Amino acid sequence: MTLDRRSFLKLVGAGAGAAGAVGLPMIGQAAELMPKSAKRVVVIGGGYGGTIAAKYIRMMDKSIEVVMIERNDHFVSCPFSNLYIGGVITEMGTLTIKYDKLTANHGVKVVQAEVTAIDPAGKSVTTSKGTIAYDRLVVSPGIDFRLEEMKGYDAAAMEVMPHAWKAGPQTVLLRKQLVDMKDGGTVVMTVPLAPYRCPPGPYERASMIAHYLKQNKPKSKIIVLDANPDITSKGGLFKKGWKDNYEGIIDYRPAKKVTEVDAKAMAVMVEGLEEVKGDVINVIPPQRAGQIAVAAGLVGDDKNWCPVNATTFESTKHAGIHVIGDACVAGAMPKSGYSANSEAKICATNVVALLNGKETTELSGINVCYSYITDKDAVSVAGVYTVKEGKIIAVPNSGGVSPADFSAAKTEAMYAESWLKNILTEMST
Amino acid sequence: MMMKWRGWALATGVLAVSAMAQAAPPTAAMLSNACAGCHGTNGGSAGPTMPSLAGQSKEAIEVAMKKFKSGERPGTIMGRLAKGYSEAEVTAMAEFFSKQKLHPTSQNLDKAKIAKGASLQESNCGRCHIEDGKEGKDDTPAMASQWLPYMQMQMADYLSGKRTMPEKMKEKVDPMSKEDIEALLHFYASVK
Repeated sequence: MTLDRRSFLKLVGAGAGAAGAVGLPMIGQAAELMPKSAKRVVVIGGGYGGTIAAKYIRMMDKSIEVVMIERNDHFVSCPFSNLYIGGVITEMGTLTIKYDKLTANHGVKVVQAEVTAIDPAGKSVTTSKGTIAYDRLVVSPGIDFRLEEMKGYDAAAMEVMPHAWKAGPQTVLLRKQLVDMKDGGTVVMTVPLAPYRCPPGPYERASMIAHYLKQNKPKSKIIVLDANPDITSKGGLFKKGWKDNYEGIIDYRPAKKVTEVDAKAMAVMVEGLEEVKGDVINVIPPQRAGQIAVAAGLVGDDKNWCPVNATTFESTKHAGIHVIGDACVAGAMPKSGYSANSEAKICATNVVALLNGKETTELSGINVCYSYITDKDAVSVAGVYTVKEGKIIAVPNSGGVSPADFSAAKTEAMYAESWLKNILTEMST
Repeated sequence: MMMKWRGWALATGVLAVSAMAQAAPPTAAMLSNACAGCHGTNGGSAGPTMPSLAGQSKEAIEVAMKKFKSGERPGTIMGRLAKGYSEAEVTAMAEFFSKQKLHPTSQNLDKAKIAKGASLQESNCGRCHIEDGKEGKDDTPAMASQWLPYMQMQMADYLSGKRTMPEKMKEKVDPMSKEDIEALLHFYASVK
């Protein structure tokens, strides 16, 4: 005699369900926004992870209703936003997608609202427009900042010292400050301790800012205060790229953890001791999973990131809720846009299987990430991922970074453009 | 307590179920979907330097992956990625993409070049790049609707010797002018 999976879950689920009924206090007052009739997956977040999870669930099973909740009516890509900051691309439109074709082509229902609470026991999400019930929930909220670790960095300070680590108005602001800066000025950039969103991102940004300064304000320089002991990703490549292109422009200082900012004095403090002043200051604060994941109790013992099952991306904290993208702990898969894309498809496959009482499928994932050094040279890191003993690992003897001599950098810059085109098209059509 | 659980599990056959809950090995779709971030959903590329894989021949993809893996075919990230897959996994992905509908592209192409390319194709390339390049003999890749910039980059690699041309292709390409080759690529890109 064999039990099928669904009966097994029913059998064992009773106990698990009772134990799992902790969660948040019910906010019973909000009206139900859209009554549920069929099987429904709710996706929180319309970025690199959320759009793909929503689309692929619908591609795999049209009988499942998918509701994607996103606070904005569009999404701006962090990948390539450093090129806007450096003036290599001039239109934010290049980085921006809308959701209308996800609805037209795949029937994804898009709700523009703020999610304020998740009720894991009652299987519903509270939004600024009302509650939405789900059978399974996919949470792809990206990151928020650990502002308590960066004294003085409040909402007002962000308008003076942009982080630009969520693309959009912050990206435009940092660009404008660079354009307005006098020649001979100093740009200061702070890098938080890993893990943070996009490991090579800060170093690409330093490259793009240096590229702009070299072309337009050659007496200026950029000081990079990095909390990490060394460059977090593609270290050898960035060092060579900087030496070949930006000698005397990029002043890289490792193991300099900025803990405090003074927006009025235009200064940052390293460990509360050493003051560094700048004409333009880009503060990239320490990060954690997006606020809604924290509020819903999805973060692990570190209080920052969400532990998940390595096959289904189901939260180990709350059953029925899956966490993907920057917010989750995905083993060897880095916090990148491509990882989020890949994780979303793995998650979608298994959400559909679980909803249909079918067998789940083991993960096979990819990460591909390009960083520009100049406007015409890019370097990459690529990896293939699998699961071993419940952990996501890189497939041995595969993956890696670009050749150290930059022999592929011009070609990779061309491939990178198509990378953006394809991944944004995937998310929006 | 432990013994009790085991006894119960054996009696009810739950052990068999928990083995199943370990998840099936990656399917062709699981493997292939991961490629779509760069090559487009179901292998239909929207990026001019990234080839579409949708509708490509199974053999062509298998050979390409094998050569990327060994380094025989020059690449940037493809060599690094190809090393992450077994032969069986490559075959599964190749089959997946070969079953997808050809991805029509909308490109700026030159009409005169397309016409010239069409006649060159017929007299020179048609024996292997069959059906106007919609299909390929053996492991010959399908060319129809492929992105022009991607094909131009590959042709540059062939002509510089970075990528080795198959013997039969070399015989045909060697006598051709730059203009002839360009015309051929415009033709292939135009085939829907």
